[in-house]
Amino acid sequence: MTARLSLGATPRPVISVRHLSKAYPLRVWWGGRGHVFQAVRDVSFDIAPGETLGLVGESGSGKSTIGRAVTMLNPPTAGTVAFEGTDLATLTPQAMRRMRSRIQTVFQDPYAALNPRMSVGAYVAEAFRLHRPEMAAQDRRDAVAQLFGRVGLDPVFMVRYPHQFSGGQRQRICIARAIALKPSFIVADEPIAALDVSIQAQVVNLLQDLQADLGLSYLFISHDLRMVRYLCHRVAVLWRGRIVELAESDRLYDDPRHPYTRRLLAAVPLPDPAAERARLAAAAPAPHGAGLPGDLVEVAPGHWVAAED
Amino acid sequence: MTGSVGPPLLDVRDLRVAFDTEGGVVHAVNGISYTLHEGETLGVVGESGSGKSVHVLAMLGLIPRPPGRIVGGQVLFRGRDLLALPERHLRRVRGAEIGFVFQDPMSSLNPGMTVAAQIIEPLRIHLGLDRRAARARARDLLDLVRIPDAAARLDQYPHEFSGGQRQRVMIAIGLACRPKLLIADEATTALDVTVQAEIIALVQELKRELGMAIIWITHDLGVVAGLSDTVQVMYAGRILERGPVDDIFRDPRNAYTLGLLRSLPDLSRGRAGRRRLQQIDGSPPDMHHPPPGDPFAPRNTYATPRCRTEMPPLIQAPGAAPGHLVAAWYDLPARLAEERAP
Repeated sequence: MTARLSLGATPRPVISVRHLSKAYPLRVWWGGRGHVFQAVRDVSFDIAPGETLGLVGESGSGKSTIGRAVTMLNPPTAGTVAFEGTDLATLTPQAMRRMRSRIQTVFQDPYAALNPRMSVGAYVAEAFRLHRPEMAAQDRRDAVAQLFGRVGLDPVFMVRYPHQFSGGQRQRICIARAIALKPSFIVADEPIAALDVSIQAQVVNLLQDLQADLGLSYLFISHDLRMVRYLCHRVAVLWRGRIVELAESDRLYDDPRHPYTRRLLAAVPLPDPAAERARLAAAAPAPHGAGLPGDLVEVAPGHWVAAED
Repeated sequence: MTGSVGPPLLDVRDLRVAFDTEGGVVHAVNGISYTLHEGETLGVVGESGSGKSVHVLAMLGLIPRPPGRIVGGQVLFRGRDLLALPERHLRRVRGAEIGFVFQDPMSSLNPGMTVAAQIIEPLRIHLGLDRRAARARARDLLDLVRIPDAAARLDQYPHEFSGGQRQRVMIAIGLACRPKLLIADEATTALDVTVQAEIIALVQELKRELGMAIIWITHDLGVVAGLSDTVQVMYAGRILERGPVDDIFRDPRNAYTLGLLRSLPDLSRGRAGRRRLQQIDGSPPDMHHPPPGDPFAPRNTYATPRCRTEMPPLIQAPGAAPGHLVAAWYDLPARLAEERAP
């Protein structure tokens, strides 16, 4: 596969992932041979400044593994992740710590991410205490208040504790902490999956506003295929640990080429009774072969599809 | 709506459920009434705190008491009030005449019992089948829910099945005694979208084959659109809107229903025609301190002063299809027309 996986003439990608693989050792019995489970195999993509790349696929397809590998929370077993041109694997622990302020993650369950015994203001301020120890307490409080306003929360809530907030408000708090150190790249791993439907649009709108204002790039991991088309500039479809299709989102949704992508898109329920009944009446595309997907081939500019093995 | 002649299969009358918690009394279900006819599929939409799950658990006698309690109302199933039945009689209805499937099959299945044992149990209790007949029927049921090689898989344990297969096993148990009513609560929410599609196709097929009524509880308006004859929108323990599925989607009369429909991105819309998502501001109500009046009023841009003080009754929406009921003091179509006018 060629190196240029981005669309257009992007100056320099924020994140450049090449041949990333992640294997987990399986239990080894005494005297037995060690086997590995290959969660992700040979995945490559770029994300441009200000771009959102969607990562879709079913449970076990390796979506979250990729999210954790590109942030080095769970480093890859092979391949490279370059952030703004720097190969993260070559960094010293101290340099990696500094780099972490520029790469952030927002998780599915904001309640698990928050510390129940820490006021939410203190939780957001912790980012500054860890990475900007020189900052004066008053400056820190001002910065946190400003962040609260930025994510649509009244700064008077800073003294409250996580259990006093709704799910959507907690996710706003997590987003406030994620943007505190002015990152350029955020992995959003199912950030709306645990939220009520009426709250999902609020959080997606917030993510878009922050992208427009701060020039953020996102890796948006989601199983919500409607929201992915809406939010993402490009989409990568993952199946059995490999990317089977990668394209600009309109192109991927309007002209899916890989049988798995077709099957996935055909399974999305439509919130329109006549259309949805017609969809249910139509035969679903059959599951395709059990073989592993092959390498990506560029079938049209920027549209990559895995070859059949 | 199908089969709306004759007495209803299920007649819920002014059901009220409360929980006594440390923070005070939570009124989880606040006087809901509706009917369901034989063969009808009712889609119940709502989010956390809407009472959509609690009300069916209450009518099945499955809420823990305490802290839960039935404050009032009746649930007439084929003419008998389920709320007045002693537990041993209710147990006979549950599983036999009413089957149910919940969200998390791993926690609903007993990990220490084979699948065969778990399907056979209700067959022996409710239908009085002997072991051999029950086992044969269990195999037929796994066939029915399209689990390949059913005979061999009967003696496996739940962990040996995939998530989608476990949910199929739950459906098999739910259908074991050919119930008149199947209740599914977020039954496909934890599943992958392709597996969800298979389960929904399966339920549609089984419904045609077995002619049962279904209550399908979900937060996914897409799933509701395809499965339901009737849709019921719940919020803060109340029904805010209810009616034939096409009318609810085409002509919503409650601002909450409209808000939910508008907040969904359109799968077929490209990035060129893209607008900011229309969000519903605010949070779902804190059920310890629900707002007075219409519970959606604090988040509703169409709310009138009356909405903030008095709960509107659920009545036939003027000018809408028969059976399209709404609880709203404001006239949503008129307000939308005003917005469109220059």
